[in-house]
Amino acid sequence: MGMTIAEKIIALAAGVPEVKAGDIHTVTLDRMMSNDGTTHLTVDMYHNKLSHPRVADPGKMVFIVDHNVPSDSPKTAASQKKMRDFAREHGIDFWEGKGVCHQIMMEHYVCPGELIFGADSHTCTYGALGAFGTGVGCTDLLYGMVTGTSWVLVPETIKFNLTGKLREGVYPRDLMLTIIGTIGANGANYQVMEFCGDGAKTLSVNDRMVLCNLSVEAGAKTAIFEADEIALQWLKERGREPKAVLHSDPDASYVREYTFDLSKIEPVVAKPDFVDALAPATEVCGTHIDEAFLGSCNNGRIDELRVGAAILKGRKVCDHVRFLVVPASQEVYLQALEEGLIETFMESGAIVMNPNCSVCWGSCQGVIGENEVLISTGTRNFKGRAGHPSSKVYLASAATVTASAVRGEICTADML
Amino acid sequence: MSKGKIFKFHNDLDTDQIIASQYLLLPTIDEMKSHTFESLDPDFPDKVKPGDYVVGGENFGCGSSREQAPSVLKALGVQAVVAKSFARIFYRNSINIGLPVIVCKELPDAVETGDEMELSLTEGTASANGKMFSCTKLPEYMQRILNEGGLIASLNKEDA
Repeated sequence: MGMTIAEKIIALAAGVPEVKAGDIHTVTLDRMMSNDGTTHLTVDMYHNKLSHPRVADPGKMVFIVDHNVPSDSPKTAASQKKMRDFAREHGIDFWEGKGVCHQIMMEHYVCPGELIFGADSHTCTYGALGAFGTGVGCTDLLYGMVTGTSWVLVPETIKFNLTGKLREGVYPRDLMLTIIGTIGANGANYQVMEFCGDGAKTLSVNDRMVLCNLSVEAGAKTAIFEADEIALQWLKERGREPKAVLHSDPDASYVREYTFDLSKIEPVVAKPDFVDALAPATEVCGTHIDEAFLGSCNNGRIDELRVGAAILKGRKVCDHVRFLVVPASQEVYLQALEEGLIETFMESGAIVMNPNCSVCWGSCQGVIGENEVLISTGTRNFKGRAGHPSSKVYLASAATVTASAVRGEICTADML
Repeated sequence: MSKGKIFKFHNDLDTDQIIASQYLLLPTIDEMKSHTFESLDPDFPDKVKPGDYVVGGENFGCGSSREQAPSVLKALGVQAVVAKSFARIFYRNSINIGLPVIVCKELPDAVETGDEMELSLTEGTASANGKMFSCTKLPEYMQRILNEGGLIASLNKEDA
């Protein structure tokens, strides 16, 4: 029986010739990432709960402060200090303020064929490079850090055949929100979303990150593209080599298959309070907004900043709107500076912030008040996700978010 | 497991509702637990008693991987979470910290907050309002982790 890419990665990590969905295997992890959302608890458990504390291989660990950076209170500062001190003591790579964790991981670490645990649900982003990245909690992360291994239940895989090409003014973000709205918030629970087909070849690594990143919002364990020439070229430009370049076998087993024609996708939003509450953007046009957010591990890269700046050029952010622009990393920020995008944002009245998770996770900065409405390129729109429990979040593409910031109410870019 | 009172929640209950982002960087779970379910039922931490149960619908615990979510429930004495289905990270985190998470398709629609229920992990049954419901048994591997008191207890046993 053939295997999917995800199954092949697990087989490699387990050191066995073959695995099948439903098996449980002990695997050697290629890499582990932990951020300031939970690492202070991991460090506490390390010191207080383990009978034989040790770090199996510090070279496989990456700690990233990105959620509340710079810190917003003495308690946050204390939690982050714990993380910083531990990383230094154990020789663990440590990043602070340089970018959102998944962006840093993609820019500097992830390689095709790797099995990576991250103590953050959006670790599934790494499938854009043909790696198996999955989100875990701090106990799993601690176990992995101490033993270098973990247990994995081999997930079933769903095949997504992508055909055609996105039309101008429609973005991977619209595509992925459409897919999630179609299959539902638990439509891929415990499963892998494998993207393939001619349509996949029209997507850059940046685009693929947008798709893979949001797969957890459909419940997926991870999402994955095969590492094709587009991915390998991207990797080469960054001076890295794949662990393994894997392809799904023709007779691999899929639990379900879907086909999405990219040319039929329209600008969409996810309405409050669920990521699968899909609606055409035109349906909610005219909805008053108080804040707009362009950023996050989903949609804060140079491609999205270019889209936003092109729309904003020569226009002004609406008087009653705070428009937050948060590059996903310093690398992205510097590139945007070089291209003059930051100047455009500032001249138009946007607030440009340092790279971090920002209002996407409802703490740190940009938090919205009672009954306020945010339109966001962030990852989630759960009740109170961005602040007060009565506030509302609409998710949309960089284009729709920027256009809405100009108009002061939800609208698409072609309506400006 | 002993009889306890039910606190029932909706489908697609996400971990932000269990414990909101702004509390995650507090130093300890003990400091966080008084904010459990704050957006939905601010009195929950005062009302819930050790041995009570949380009941959910489909996709319970979706969203963020924050292990603080099952941890605050356990810290408040919640005995187990019973739902029609669970999001995978919450499910795995719960087992890892030794909080039983039980899939039961029929019970959630047959109970309301305030009802009492009992659970038998060995029999794979739950009973409430005079009815018996069958639950999905955990795979043996996960049951072992749970029986040993969670993943870290299991690791310490391996290291002994």
